[in-house]
Amino acid sequence: MGKLTGFLEYEREAPGYRPVEERIRDYFEIDLGLPEDRLRRQGARCMDCGVPFCHTGCPLGNVIPDWNDLVYRRRWREALQALHSTNNFPEFTGRICPAPCEPACVLGLTADPVTIRSIEKAIIDRGFEEGWIKPEPPVTRTGKSVAVVGSGPAGLAVAQQLNRAGHLVTLFERADRLGGLLRYGIPDFKLEKRCVDRRLEQMAEEGIRFEANVTAGRDVSVAELLRFDAVCLAGGATRPRDLLVPGRQLEGIHFAMDFLRQQNRRIAGDLIPAEEEIVATGKRVVILGGGDTGADCLGTAIRQGAREVHQFELLPMPPRQRTELMPWPTYPTILRTSSAHEEGGVRRWSVNTRAFSGENGQVTRLQAVEVEFGPPDSRGVCPMTEIPGTEFEQEADLVLLALGFLHPEHDPLLSGLGVKLDGRGNAAVDQSHMTSVPGVFAAGDMERGQSLVVWAIAGGRRAAHHIDKHLMGRTFLPQ
Amino acid sequence: MTSRGLPPKQGLYDPHFERDACGIGFVASIKGRRSHDIIEKGLQVLINLTHRGACGCDPETGDGAGILLQIPHEFFRRECAKIGIELPEPGAYGVGMLFVPVEHPRRLRSEGIVEQIIREEGQAVLGWRDVPVDNSVLGFVAKASQPFITQVFIGRAPGLDQPEFERQLYIIRKRIEAMANSAGMEEARSLYVPSMSSITVVYKGLLIATQITRFYRDLSDPAVVSALALVHQRFSTNTFPTWELAHPYRYLAHNGEINTLRGNVNWMKARESVLASPLFGDDIRKLFPIVAAGGSDSANLDNAVELLVQTGRSLPHAMMMLIPEAWSGNPHMKPEKRAFYEYHASLMEPWDGPAAIAFTDGRLIGATLDRNGLRPARYLVTHDDLAVMASETGVLPIRPEEVRYKGRLQPGKMFLVDTQEGRIIDDKELKARMAARRPYTEWLREHQITLEALPEPPRVHPPDHETLVHRQRAFGYTAEDLKFIMAPMAARGEEPLGSMGTDTPLAVLSDKPQPLFNYFKQLFAQVTNPPVDHIREEMVMSLTSFIGNERNILAEEPKHCHLLKLPHPILTNRDLEKLRNLSRGDFLATTLPALFRANGSGRPMAEALEELCARASDAVRRGFSLIVLSDRGINDERAPIPSLLALSTVHHHLIRQCQRTQVALVAESGEPREVMHYALLIGYGASAINPYLAIETLTDVVNRGLLPPEITPEKAVRNYIKAVNKGLLKVFSKMGISTLQSYRGAQIFEAIGLNSALVERYFTGTPSRIEGVGLDEIASEARRRHEQAFRPLSQAETDLEAGGQYQWRRDGEYHLFNPDTITRLQQAARGNNAETFRQYSRLVDEQNERLCTLRGLLKFKSNGAAVPLEEVQPAAEIVKRFATGAMSFGSISREAHETLAIAMNRIGARSNTGEGGEEEERFLPDANGDSRRSSVKQVASGRFGVTSHYLVNADELQIKIAQGAKPGEGGQLPGHKVDETIARVRCSVPGVGLISPPPHHDIYSIEDLAQLIFDLKNVNPRARISVKLVAEVGVGTVAAGVAKAHADVVLISGHDGGTGASPLTSMKHSGAPWELGLAETQQVLVMNDLRGRIIVQVDGKLQTARDVVIAALLGAEEFGFATAPLVVSGCVMMRKCHLNTCPAGIATQDPVLRKKFAGKPEYLVNFFFLLAEEVRRLMAELGYRRFEEMVGRIDRLEMREAIEHWKARGLEFSSILYNPIVPQRCARRKVREQDHGLERALDNKLIEMARPALEGHGGVQIRMPIRNVHRTVGAMLGGEISRRYGSRGLPDGSIRCHFSGSGGQSFGAFAVNGMELTLEGDANDYVGKGISGGRLVIYPPRDSTFAPEENIIIGNTCLYGATGGEVYVNGKAGERFAVRNSGATAVVEGLGDHGCEYMTRGVVAVLGKTGRNFGAGMSGGIAFVLDEVGDFRRRRVNPAMVEVEPVAAGEDQELLRELIGKHLHYTRSPRADFLLRRWEQTLPSFVKVMPHEYRRVLASRIADFGLRISSEPSAKPAVAVAAPQSAFRNPQSALAKGAADG
Repeated sequence: MGKLTGFLEYEREAPGYRPVEERIRDYFEIDLGLPEDRLRRQGARCMDCGVPFCHTGCPLGNVIPDWNDLVYRRRWREALQALHSTNNFPEFTGRICPAPCEPACVLGLTADPVTIRSIEKAIIDRGFEEGWIKPEPPVTRTGKSVAVVGSGPAGLAVAQQLNRAGHLVTLFERADRLGGLLRYGIPDFKLEKRCVDRRLEQMAEEGIRFEANVTAGRDVSVAELLRFDAVCLAGGATRPRDLLVPGRQLEGIHFAMDFLRQQNRRIAGDLIPAEEEIVATGKRVVILGGGDTGADCLGTAIRQGAREVHQFELLPMPPRQRTELMPWPTYPTILRTSSAHEEGGVRRWSVNTRAFSGENGQVTRLQAVEVEFGPPDSRGVCPMTEIPGTEFEQEADLVLLALGFLHPEHDPLLSGLGVKLDGRGNAAVDQSHMTSVPGVFAAGDMERGQSLVVWAIAGGRRAAHHIDKHLMGRTFLPQ
Repeated sequence: MTSRGLPPKQGLYDPHFERDACGIGFVASIKGRRSHDIIEKGLQVLINLTHRGACGCDPETGDGAGILLQIPHEFFRRECAKIGIELPEPGAYGVGMLFVPVEHPRRLRSEGIVEQIIREEGQAVLGWRDVPVDNSVLGFVAKASQPFITQVFIGRAPGLDQPEFERQLYIIRKRIEAMANSAGMEEARSLYVPSMSSITVVYKGLLIATQITRFYRDLSDPAVVSALALVHQRFSTNTFPTWELAHPYRYLAHNGEINTLRGNVNWMKARESVLASPLFGDDIRKLFPIVAAGGSDSANLDNAVELLVQTGRSLPHAMMMLIPEAWSGNPHMKPEKRAFYEYHASLMEPWDGPAAIAFTDGRLIGATLDRNGLRPARYLVTHDDLAVMASETGVLPIRPEEVRYKGRLQPGKMFLVDTQEGRIIDDKELKARMAARRPYTEWLREHQITLEALPEPPRVHPPDHETLVHRQRAFGYTAEDLKFIMAPMAARGEEPLGSMGTDTPLAVLSDKPQPLFNYFKQLFAQVTNPPVDHIREEMVMSLTSFIGNERNILAEEPKHCHLLKLPHPILTNRDLEKLRNLSRGDFLATTLPALFRANGSGRPMAEALEELCARASDAVRRGFSLIVLSDRGINDERAPIPSLLALSTVHHHLIRQCQRTQVALVAESGEPREVMHYALLIGYGASAINPYLAIETLTDVVNRGLLPPEITPEKAVRNYIKAVNKGLLKVFSKMGISTLQSYRGAQIFEAIGLNSALVERYFTGTPSRIEGVGLDEIASEARRRHEQAFRPLSQAETDLEAGGQYQWRRDGEYHLFNPDTITRLQQAARGNNAETFRQYSRLVDEQNERLCTLRGLLKFKSNGAAVPLEEVQPAAEIVKRFATGAMSFGSISREAHETLAIAMNRIGARSNTGEGGEEEERFLPDANGDSRRSSVKQVASGRFGVTSHYLVNADELQIKIAQGAKPGEGGQLPGHKVDETIARVRCSVPGVGLISPPPHHDIYSIEDLAQLIFDLKNVNPRARISVKLVAEVGVGTVAAGVAKAHADVVLISGHDGGTGASPLTSMKHSGAPWELGLAETQQVLVMNDLRGRIIVQVDGKLQTARDVVIAALLGAEEFGFATAPLVVSGCVMMRKCHLNTCPAGIATQDPVLRKKFAGKPEYLVNFFFLLAEEVRRLMAELGYRRFEEMVGRIDRLEMREAIEHWKARGLEFSSILYNPIVPQRCARRKVREQDHGLERALDNKLIEMARPALEGHGGVQIRMPIRNVHRTVGAMLGGEISRRYGSRGLPDGSIRCHFSGSGGQSFGAFAVNGMELTLEGDANDYVGKGISGGRLVIYPPRDSTFAPEENIIIGNTCLYGATGGEVYVNGKAGERFAVRNSGATAVVEGLGDHGCEYMTRGVVAVLGKTGRNFGAGMSGGIAFVLDEVGDFRRRRVNPAMVEVEPVAAGEDQELLRELIGKHLHYTRSPRADFLLRRWEQTLPSFVKVMPHEYRRVLASRIADFGLRISSEPSAKPAVAVAAPQSAFRNPQSALAKGAADG
């Protein structure tokens, strides 16, 4: 419950980042964290609401008031337990979650909300520091086996939950290292990979079998997969959205993920063949797409020493504050400035890219125009129109497409299994996360479409609940 | 059990919950001189008590009246001679008064049965006499149910003396009763014996006092003589009064209520097996059942008295045994008397409840009051040896000079006339005599065992922290239990508080496994008896109990007190081991395991229970006197039987086996952890409880850091036990019960959601009205818990389940107000968005239908006759039926309070000011046309700010009897919430905490409620009067009483109502859902044909149109909303109202937070219109054009079929949907107005005569006689003045009235400035109630001969809620003088117990003796008390909140002297004269009573601000002065002015 009058006594204090000058010279995490006494004060601001909206704001249903209070009372170990009771991987969400809990915080009605995410991160970091996080192998084994495909946040959550329920879990990952998006999609300056490694170590010691470099549906056949008592597909939504405009075929235009993955591998010590290299060093970089991935590209490009960086977003610049249309406690679409934006680069909104052009097959510029959107039509779609006379050109040596993802890759696994798809190309599932193939479940972006890590973990946990129920007839795993 | 004469149980009506209360009285010749005059006087007393009775739908049918007299031998001899019966000498024959069937053959058969039994018992039938009656005087209801009334004369068998003969007559009567109650005897069922004795005879019936003489022609015959007459006028809550239930019974007449009846009856039944008396021998069996079925509480008490008297105890002895004084909390009682009571406590639990009882055996006649003294009883004795006792003074016209003295009965005291000895035996002498009967002190010393005296046990169960969490999970502990319940108890020794009520599902609807405890709801007192303030009136409360083998109560031996005395019922592990190893004298303990193999079906549980019963019976047979039912030793196979189930099963089994009193049951259980659990275990028979797991958990709570660091585990346990004990007292007190002994086994609960098979078998006698789960589901819940504990756990889930009862949690319990519904509701109301509102409604309704509420399980029955929406009456009409709930200015911020008022006024609906007054400026419209005036003004037990002016500025006056969140409890506004403004409107002092007492001190019974309604109606005849009740079983009966008490509106609140602060156990565990309360109310009102004269309103978490329409179909016409409007105003259900930290600026007085208030009247207007539009849509679907068409159309509702929920599928709603079968003419909604009888008020005359003064043409003087039937004199006149002149009133002395005689109740109530009412004579209860200004002067008739200061001149509860004015009383007052005084200045010459209770302001001077508990809960104002005996400080004052100090020289002394001077001036008091003459000598005998808090506030305010506290009526501004004492200068100046005018 924090301190009864804490919210009246203390202001919100976010932990802040390392200075820009310093941080852009390395790839280490930029989050600073707060010293214990100041963090406790932040915990003290929690009002222990009768209806904690933060707790619904969080897809995982994190029991935020409980651990806020425990931190305030210095009960770190119990806080860790409370945190783990709804979230397998707080070290991930504590770093990269956009924290929809915070706009839902009741204190946000009239003041700044509690800095929930920093508290979460502090708890889990402390847990690792103190050595409190130990393998928790199941007491008994059920004799059932489960295959999980994909080692991103959803797959890891499914695996850990089901293993703890006593099932023998084998996790297949087509990449050379485990972690999926966590490993290769998120820059180290936001999530150092040691965080992923130590969690994987714990899981391995708990008894989960990891099979990297295995593409399910090819290296392990569909028939082999189906010999498991249950299968959970958690391969993510990895098919990127492309921008099919003239000049797209030019060199120097890449999907954001390819760019980011390479940098992560480089940091991990891999040697990237020169012909494959995508680097921003000394280049004029244009990032298309104003979302988080775009921001990740921006931070990476700056660290690589780009000459200049531009980021274009199709949609108009959002308001700086909540409007009537996005009242508390919804997650508002407001202007967000991520850490990367502090580091440099130029942002533009309402920009539609019409074409790329280049020399010698290498992109050198792009042609764009400003757009505006009308009021929503009968289908709720706001029609876009170009604003005559606003056409402009932007020089670019490297263009990164951070336009989001369409849906999962269908081959070879989904098609091989014959899993039915939904209208958006995702694996269609019923209420219990089961696909059209009996015994085959899906979780995370693979069934939900691209989303947040926190949703992936939540989806994985929920799928695990249903898989356990499917296997055992009943389950004690939380939804 | 069917009560004869009452309708059978139907729908939600259960005759079991009939209640009554009344006026009682007697007249006796002390010297035993028989005369017809005594009878006439008795009847006259009765007539003058008529207003204390009630009439139902038929104004000519009363609830019952009667008279008990000595057998008029000469009269009977003469009359019998006429019909050929020759009577022997007096005493040699008995008279049986009989009600027999009217139909001839049935009548003959009944009489035949009677004769047969008389002969079988060896007595002679001398003959029959038809009692001449004139039924033309009866009302139609009474006439229709009139029995044939006859007398049988029974000749005494030779050789019997008179006591023996009386016993034979007793046996005969009991046999007739038993026969009459046995099945299959249709004739006998309408056979009733009002009396059968050779000494006394009872004439009674379904009569009004005025009818009795004309009906029973015998009574007017001059030959009918008696030395005593005991009379009674009944007021029953509903109109099923019957001929039988009229009083007096054979020995007594009763005014009040026995709350513990169920337990008393159970225990009496259990005792039968060991009853033995040498006077009866084997015949004792013929007396069974001792307590006759179908009787009222009074009838049952009469049965118990009769048994004790007939087996040899004297009548006073029997009364002392059944209704003891408060002895355990009174250190000043004489040791011998204490020993007497303590000894008898080992024999019999008190029959507890408010009671004034008049009793007689034909020779002794007397009266006694229970320990609380909550019923009035006044007596006078004349010079010519007439003793008159009655509920009121002035019931007989007796010339002042004839009066030898006047008095009142004090709590626990007895007034006794021995007509043979020819004298009055005073309480002291009588009780000393009783105490000396036997060496009780010695017996106790030798035989009683105490826990401390027992040897240390060889080993005590050590705590086991390894398995703690497992076991906690096995017993269903949640994290919330630790955090919200146990931690606060362990930290502070008090029950935890919460706010905003409850919106989670009933246990039977919850998907989570629920502790069995949660299926029960505590019952609580409302209207028919008062709750007790267990904190301020602690002296009457007791947790002491005696356990062990109880013996034959008819004997009186040392062995009877060979019992273990427990100071309280919670045992530590060490205590329990002491008991378990007990083997001393007859004491032997054994432990039986209460475990079973949990496989999810009810079977193994049933078998385990059966085995448990068998083993318990066996243990009793083998001589064990203590059985410990233990659930220690659970493992992966064996789960605990729910402790309540195990205990109650064994308890009822042993009762059925007639073994119960031979053994005590102790629960050793891991399950109980909150107060409700302990209350249930005790309520179902546990003598003590060892909550071993709770105790172990406390260490865990300490280890988890949930407690402040200074709390050690030992301290935590001590605090926890203290909190449980306090909590238990609170639970008892809610029902008006004072002692654990009488609570034990009293089963004061209703079950919601348990099926009847289960209840019948394991919880026999508990009401449960909608069926529900059985043993299978209970076993299944047990299995789920067991699995939780014993399946393998991963480390991540080794903790407890979240719970979610008190705070919303995603995986926790459902809440109606949750993130989704709150957000949607706010968005809909802010944007006036019908679509969002529909989404909100759909969410709520769907939740309802899934799980949350009873209404969710109902659906509309379509009749295919939908009407077009346009034809349905407009929303603007519908919103007029809406009201907001009572929320006081103080509990919520001014911004929130005014926003509600403005919104409701804009739409023509009603906002409710709540308890706490209202700022006067709000009575006038604002410049923009808005009005901030709350149209409903609440009158609650604190009476804060309830002035005449406040009352006249209302359209409705609401008497809050109870509130949903904490029925039966009072409230407290902590000092830090009382700022300048709040203090001003509440007529109190800033910074001083304010206490609302649990009871209204002027409502201890239904006739008192009628009186308050009458009072309020007098002040403001234009306002409708409403009475707020909370749903519980029996509320329909209370509502009927409310209708008969002439309320215009009755509000039925659900148990789920919101609140600013309430103990969590009260919020969760008391009261019932409104669906039940409303349906019951509608049914009972319709059955009684009372529905047509009263509006029914409902509230309790109403959220959507569906809720409104269902409530309308169930019978409601108006609808209250509180939580929803708050949410619309920005509330996000923080549930922090009690902490003053509301972040929405609503439930807070913190100026910083108040600024955050974002509500607007527009939002509320939007909400109510959105809601009304949805109501219209439903009306159109159902085919109703006008709202009133659907009120009470129960036939349009049905229960949803195919309810799949594993628990809910057992529910059965036929009782809710029951439609009483009555003719069309019985209205189902309000169609006519109440007759308030205002035109008969004396004030009409006063107003007429005072017209010149009212119209500003100078002063008037009025002289007139007054009688006790003139009630509430002055209130209407005061209201008239307030209406014309506002709170200032008229100049002092503008209207002077001089009355002579006896003033009725509420004399001078709500008087205002400008009025001076002088009464030469005496007055009844409630003198100066709510007095807001003016002056009351009361002195004895100038020609009376008694010493005024020794005589009672005014009754109880005077100056209750006074806010101003002066009162001079030349004589003594009763109990609770100046209770909740917040501004009046008073001088009185002595008073009873609880003087100046809860006082917050004003000055009281007492020039004589005071009773006990003076100044309890007194937080402000001062009192001067003359302490001649010197025992005030030691014995009379309650020091918790006040200090007693000498009267300081200077202003204090001046003030006191001046007060006495005024007193002398107005009353010519000889005492005042004496004191002033010897001022220097008497001054040191005076003490000053000063509240701590008041002193602190005065001091700090003077230090900090140089401000002074105004003692003047609220409106005047404060002026800065220097010294604290001068705070009291104002009354003086007011007095000085009064004197000048006088």
